[in-house]
Amino acid sequence: MSNLALDPMANDFAIDVKGMTKRYDKRTVVNNIDLQVRPGEIYGFLGPNGSGKTTFIRMLCGLLHPDAGSGTCLGHDVIKDSESIKLQVGYMTQRFSFYEDLSIAENLDFVARMYSMKNRKEAVQKSIELLGLSGREKQLAGQLSGGWKQRMALAACLIHSPKLLLLDEPTAGVDPKARRDFWEQIQLLAAQGLTFLITTHYMDEAERCNRVAYISYGNLLTHGTVDEVIAHVGLTTWSVHGTKLIHLAEKLRQKPGVEQAVIFGTTLHVSGVDATALEKAIAPFRTGSFQWEKIPSVLEDVFIHLMDKSKDNFSS
Amino acid sequence: MNWLPQFSLERFKGIVLKEFIQMRRDRLTFAMMLGIPLMQLILFGYAINVNPRHLPIDIRLGDNGPQGRTLLYAFKNTDYFDFIRLLKSDEDGRESLARGDVQFVISIPPNFSRDLLRGDRPVVLIEADATDPSATGYALSSVNALLTTALQNDLKGSLSYLKGIEDPFNVQVHSLYNPEINTQYNIVPGLMGVILTMTMIMITGLAITRERERGTMENLLSMPTRPLEVLVGKITPYILVGYVQLGLILFMAHFLFGVPILGSISLLLVAAFVFIAANLAMGIMFSTIAQNQLQAMQMAFFVFLPSILLSGYLFPFRGMPVWAQAVGEIMPLTHFMRIARGILLKGNGLWEIAPEIWPIALFAAIALTIGVKRYRQTLD
Repeated sequence: MSNLALDPMANDFAIDVKGMTKRYDKRTVVNNIDLQVRPGEIYGFLGPNGSGKTTFIRMLCGLLHPDAGSGTCLGHDVIKDSESIKLQVGYMTQRFSFYEDLSIAENLDFVARMYSMKNRKEAVQKSIELLGLSGREKQLAGQLSGGWKQRMALAACLIHSPKLLLLDEPTAGVDPKARRDFWEQIQLLAAQGLTFLITTHYMDEAERCNRVAYISYGNLLTHGTVDEVIAHVGLTTWSVHGTKLIHLAEKLRQKPGVEQAVIFGTTLHVSGVDATALEKAIAPFRTGSFQWEKIPSVLEDVFIHLMDKSKDNFSS
Repeated sequence: MNWLPQFSLERFKGIVLKEFIQMRRDRLTFAMMLGIPLMQLILFGYAINVNPRHLPIDIRLGDNGPQGRTLLYAFKNTDYFDFIRLLKSDEDGRESLARGDVQFVISIPPNFSRDLLRGDRPVVLIEADATDPSATGYALSSVNALLTTALQNDLKGSLSYLKGIEDPFNVQVHSLYNPEINTQYNIVPGLMGVILTMTMIMITGLAITRERERGTMENLLSMPTRPLEVLVGKITPYILVGYVQLGLILFMAHFLFGVPILGSISLLLVAAFVFIAANLAMGIMFSTIAQNQLQAMQMAFFVFLPSILLSGYLFPFRGMPVWAQAVGEIMPLTHFMRIARGILLKGNGLWEIAPEIWPIALFAAIALTIGVKRYRQTLD
């Protein structure tokens, strides 16, 4: 911690990196990304599959060498000092990566030993209780359901009392109840000063974050609070109620000014950046059988918009 | 296709095609499919010779007469034997045999020429290292023939009367270390090394690849672990397993097969430590190179074959051509086999086995170094 005190710049951010770049052969997977995350913040990292989120996180915790970039993570140099970073960071991998043939307690004990913890038994016990795993200690990790696996993984990530948690799609494939519990746990920990960088595909989860960044095909497209991101993109959205929305959507997509027409259950969201062009486009369809209403764009509209706009640099 | 309604040619073709594509993608497996039969062909075809030649011998020449000299030259000139040195004492001969420097020590007694001419039928003594009975057997039969033909030229003129005598001299063979020519004495101590090689390489070969395949590697790397900690940590439990195997085989060898234990068991256990470590290090090295568990297994097989065939386990080491012997000398199994047979059957001590220990240790050091170097701290 004395390192942090020495450097006033580093003190401001838990993560402060610039120009992070990773290439595989000639393909750029992460392209020149700057990111600043404040201590105690829950930072959402969003983007489609294969957009470079995992690669970026792996570079932060020293699992991959960046081809370019610099900066600090918890005050330590991200390039040269990954050993110190590893000691203070908890990384939860996208795929469950603990030993399935070991019990919960055995897995946690193993992790505690890897961090050479002095009061190992208490630390294991503490994290078992914190995540509500009591009574399941002897269960094999491989026999746990998705939700319990995530809990165990989080418990393992917390054992060495890290200052920063990097969670890579922690709730993928987990039921809604377990997801909500998981997030409550995260918000509790953040309130205690822990910093989170979380990747997710769920919009409700993104809305729980203090700030979000959207990354697509290696490029950081936008970042800020949820409201800032929505405002930044400046999307106008109309909702439509009615029947046979699928045919309406089909027709609307052909019109200039309509960038997306997406059905959410019984409503259709029609969005476009150019509000006047959009209004012109939908005018012929504002008939009695459809109820039109101008609504504030939600994060999902914005993300689908961003996703459509960014070009896939893998397909050429 | 009415007669075979269950079988769709289209589906069958789809599966065949898929298998070929996967086969082509897995380069190492593909290489092994060609490499292993090729290696077997070379090993069985060229390297293995059950009728060995060029067996090393020492000669103790007690007689300076013309016929003694004739025998000496006969041994030097035949390609059945490679003459190493002329011994000064009987003790030197025993030492050469114990260390495995020579297969035979041939003693031509003092006054051989005189006794021969007198018709006293002097005795030529052949002491054989019978720990490998198959190597010894063929060679001994050729000795008799060699000795009689060698003297044919000498027994001319006034000496031709000796030709009439059935055998002008006697050949006496001492089968040292294994007087009853018991094949099990040779095979069972060797099996100790073979079993350790098979299990140790296989188990550890899978160690790192399993972590990679199951995705636990990413987690392990994100923690502050060092390569040496991981590799040595993975080896250690299996050293214990190796000792349990060793104890079991020793016990069975002695009480079931009656293999003698002449030397020190503790010395054998110490030597086994180096050997087990070498095999584990090799397994670890493979698992850092292989992409998945299957490839690690194939690499292990690639070592088993030459280990078993070229180590002198099944076929006499000295029967192989020079290149095959050179390959054999690299293998830890070759050296451990000599150590095990030496300690159990010959009662060898540290002095005699030392020349076999260091090649194993060297092998272990190199394999572990490659393993540590190749072990990636990152996922790049």
